[in-house]
Amino acid sequence: MGVLDSKIPSGPLADKWTNHKNKIDLVNPANKRNIDVIVVGTGLAGGSAAATLAELGYNVKTFCYQDSPRRAHSIAAQGGVNAAKNYQGDGDSVYRLFYDTVKGGDYRSREANVHRLAEVSTNIIDQCVAQGVPFAREYGGLLDNRSFGGVLVSRTFYAKGQTGQQLLLGAYAAMNRQIQRGKIKSYTRHEMLDMVLVDGKARGIIARNLVTGEIERHSGHAVVLATGGYGNLFFLSTYCMGANVMAAWKAHKRGAFFANPCFTQIHPTCIPVSGDHQSKLTLMSESLRNDGRIWVPKNIEDAKAIREGRLKPTELKEEDRDYYLERRYPAFGNLVPRDVASRAAKERCDAGYGVNKTGEAVYLDFAAAIMRYGREKALTSGMKNPDDATVRKLGEEIVEAKYGNLFQMYEKIVDQNPYKTPMMIYPAVHYTMGGLWVDYNLMTTVPGCYAAGEANFSDHGANRLGASALMQGLADGYFVLPYTIGDYLSDDIRTGPISTETEEFDAAEKNVRERIEKLMSTKGEHSVDYYHKRLGKIMWNKCGMARNEKELKEAMKEIAELRKDFWENVKVPGSPDAKNQELEKAGRVADFLELGELFAKDALDRNESCGGHFRDEYQTPEGEALRDDKNYTYVAAWEYKGEPSKAKLHKEDLVYENIEVKTRSYK
Amino acid sequence: MKLYLKIWRQKNAESKGSMVEYTLDGIENDMSFLEMLDVLNEGLINKGEEPVEFDHDCREGICGTCSLMINGRPHGPDSKITVCQLHMRSFNDGDTIVIEPWRAKAFPVIKDLIVDRNSFDRIQQAGGYISVNTSGRPVDANAIPIEKDLADASFNAATCIGCGACVAACKNASAMLFTSAKVSQFALLPQGRVEASERVLNMVRQMDLEGFGNCTNTGACEVECPKGISLENIARMNREYLSASVKG
Ligand SMILES: Cc1cc2nc3c(=O)[nH]c(=O)nc-3n(C[C@H](O)[C@H](O)[C@H](O)COP(=O)(O)OP(=O)(O)OC[C@H]3O[C@@H](n4cnc5c(N)ncnc54)[C@H](O)[C@@H]3O)c2cc1C
Ligand code: SF4
Ligand code: FES
Repeated sequence: MGVLDSKIPSGPLADKWTNHKNKIDLVNPANKRNIDVIVVGTGLAGGSAAATLAELGYNVKTFCYQDSPRRAHSIAAQGGVNAAKNYQGDGDSVYRLFYDTVKGGDYRSREANVHRLAEVSTNIIDQCVAQGVPFAREYGGLLDNRSFGGVLVSRTFYAKGQTGQQLLLGAYAAMNRQIQRGKIKSYTRHEMLDMVLVDGKARGIIARNLVTGEIERHSGHAVVLATGGYGNLFFLSTYCMGANVMAAWKAHKRGAFFANPCFTQIHPTCIPVSGDHQSKLTLMSESLRNDGRIWVPKNIEDAKAIREGRLKPTELKEEDRDYYLERRYPAFGNLVPRDVASRAAKERCDAGYGVNKTGEAVYLDFAAAIMRYGREKALTSGMKNPDDATVRKLGEEIVEAKYGNLFQMYEKIVDQNPYKTPMMIYPAVHYTMGGLWVDYNLMTTVPGCYAAGEANFSDHGANRLGASALMQGLADGYFVLPYTIGDYLSDDIRTGPISTETEEFDAAEKNVRERIEKLMSTKGEHSVDYYHKRLGKIMWNKCGMARNEKELKEAMKEIAELRKDFWENVKVPGSPDAKNQELEKAGRVADFLELGELFAKDALDRNESCGGHFRDEYQTPEGEALRDDKNYTYVAAWEYKGEPSKAKLHKEDLVYENIEVKTRSYK
Repeated sequence: MKLYLKIWRQKNAESKGSMVEYTLDGIENDMSFLEMLDVLNEGLINKGEEPVEFDHDCREGICGTCSLMINGRPHGPDSKITVCQLHMRSFNDGDTIVIEPWRAKAFPVIKDLIVDRNSFDRIQQAGGYISVNTSGRPVDANAIPIEKDLADASFNAATCIGCGACVAACKNASAMLFTSAKVSQFALLPQGRVEASERVLNMVRQMDLEGFGNCTNTGACEVECPKGISLENIARMNREYLSASVKG
């Protein structure tokens, strides 16, 4: 297998994690007090890892670029978190969650990791309830569930449309408890600009205090990167504005392999782009597909009339609507996985059936659900013959209770009332399955550097199922990493504190200072956003929902040129020794300009379609993704070699011993 | 539309700030308020001037980072939204818009429109948690049924985004709405009752230490809160505080 050793434990799948945990080297509590761990990122993965590591006795330092750990991007997650609790008694199990996730990922994830994820999923819910996370409950007082795409059971726990917020506040509260005990030192408004290696091991970071501009050195016996995904590479996405790849990319340049960069999730239900001024896109949670039906007009003339404002969607008769997901995928209907739903929307819009000004939108319609819920409610409240208006009112109340904040968000942005007229939605970049390559212990190819949450590549293969990112972040942070890291740190009990006054720290700091100096001194013609937007256009047009050889090659060339221009012509005002948001952005965009090229290279190299990676050249006659299992059942892990285009490919072969690899079908 | 902006500019915490006027043209209804500021900043950068710094991240009303006082109102003229959710259709051609940071002793200005809200973090560190080990083995999540009404009320309190608009809205710069939402979230749940007395005493003590003002029941906080956090939480916290103090 060459340099990549995934360290998957031997033995039967269901026993691997338990056996591994039993065999892991432990660090005794007295020694943990002598060990420092740096955790970069305070989202679900970093927050939960930091709290648990501190509780176990390690000295933890956390870093985030926001002004509070509670504002990490996880806060924005809406729909829910999966767990194989089988509270609904609908046939769910650890195996089924494992199976759904591997299948949903289009057979490009590691069996052992996914099974572990499914196993610990149930602990997450217990843990969060104990912490006081107010999940939605039924009238009987028990926890409620909803369904997400790509599965046939109801295993998603939720807190209205604010599940991520509630889970993150839980992890943040656990962090606060440790901050209060002095076991976590929290650095906010701090950005990691480089990683420091001593004798080949990750031993610290260089960070910039974003308020004062000071460059700081921080050392530790291990460095955990929980810095989220890199979807902002596309400029427009559902990510928060500051989301970036800097920490992961710097680790990559220091030797950590970057896995499957081209596996990116384009989410089917987002609010469409309204104009050139657009700065970000807003997700409408997948949970809405439980009750919303997706459609476009059946006749192209109607679509045109709607676009020109001559026809209203509510005026179109049932038989003139094309519920294309229900038509193409009768078994899963509106609940097909995201990659499938996104491509189907693109297919209809490309064919001329789009319903907004730009022709890039489809409908998500709640009228049927409102009436269905209304009728049910009328019956249970003992109403004999309620009129339509009453039924609609009752139904709207129920829909509001379920999705109120999402409907409000939609109305504020689009200025239309989604209770009365269908929502307009279109796919947008939402999540990155790719990330730093990690072994079973979540360690990257740099000893002592770990990656958790969206920052690693590990569990979702080529497509992530809804409500599984929150699950993975918390699984990594609460239940996996704090234990697997002991295996590594047990060798460090006699090391003593790591000094920051060494050649290695000097060199890393110098490197950081020179880069800032270069960005500030260019004093060119264009703002950072100018470059970011251009990069986004290349990515969306040539590396987006459908890719092909010719355009990927063009993208690589264009990105390299844009990068060159950036370093010659970017304009960063202000001073490096003060709060400077343009400088912050410049550093992030500089890294995206490198990652983008590797992304295109990875997509070009993968001559198959799988999950979120769709190559025009590889599709079935019906337009479904065509995998090539014989040649591509591997993780593509890229080693940095000076230039993104020169990155060296290492393959981790994926072996399926417990699941039969099949063509993914949701028909 | 054409707009006349008056914006607070302040180099850093130490320097004195002042209002600076800008005229901006070509703003569209569909733009969000922060996108309007993006346009302003792009223009400033192109002219070689320093852009106006303001806090923001999610731009969808959930992270609680954005924090602007617009024409004297926290988060602007619309109700129940954050400034990042505010759209320019709420303004008219020719309007003058005054933009300032949150003003409170416990929220010192860092630069321009950005303030330091770490005092909120410290209030939560003082007791905003349930002391349960994350590495422990908690009981099954469904072992203790919780009345739906209680769970929903706890959730409603927990939707506070920690933005600080309540403090900015209050003439006394009191943090009672925020602190009471945090206290209530836990006080309403059986898991949170165990430490309820200690929690409320510690959090209120920290709130006072940070230099937030007293509550004189004017209710401005509730009106301006983007998440509709209710004054009932303050009443609940007062009850909790009283009974905890009696217990000693
Ligand atoms: C709108 C939206 C809705 C979603 N809904 C769901 C859902 O319903 N269910 C689900 O399962 N998933 C959902 N997801 C996906 C999920 O929210 C994310 O994948 C997950 O929260 C990522 O968590 P994380 O801990 O890995 O990273 P994040 O929460 O992104 O945290 C990253 C952290 O790293 C820090 N950081 C980054 N770079 C640096 C640096 N250089 N220096 C210092 N700090 C740094 C940040 O400050 C932050 O603290 C949603 C995503 C979005 C965008
Ligand atoms: S109570 Fe309301 S206004 Fe105050 S911090 Fe919370 S969300 Fe913001
Ligand atoms: S930017 Fe997150 S709430 Fe406004």
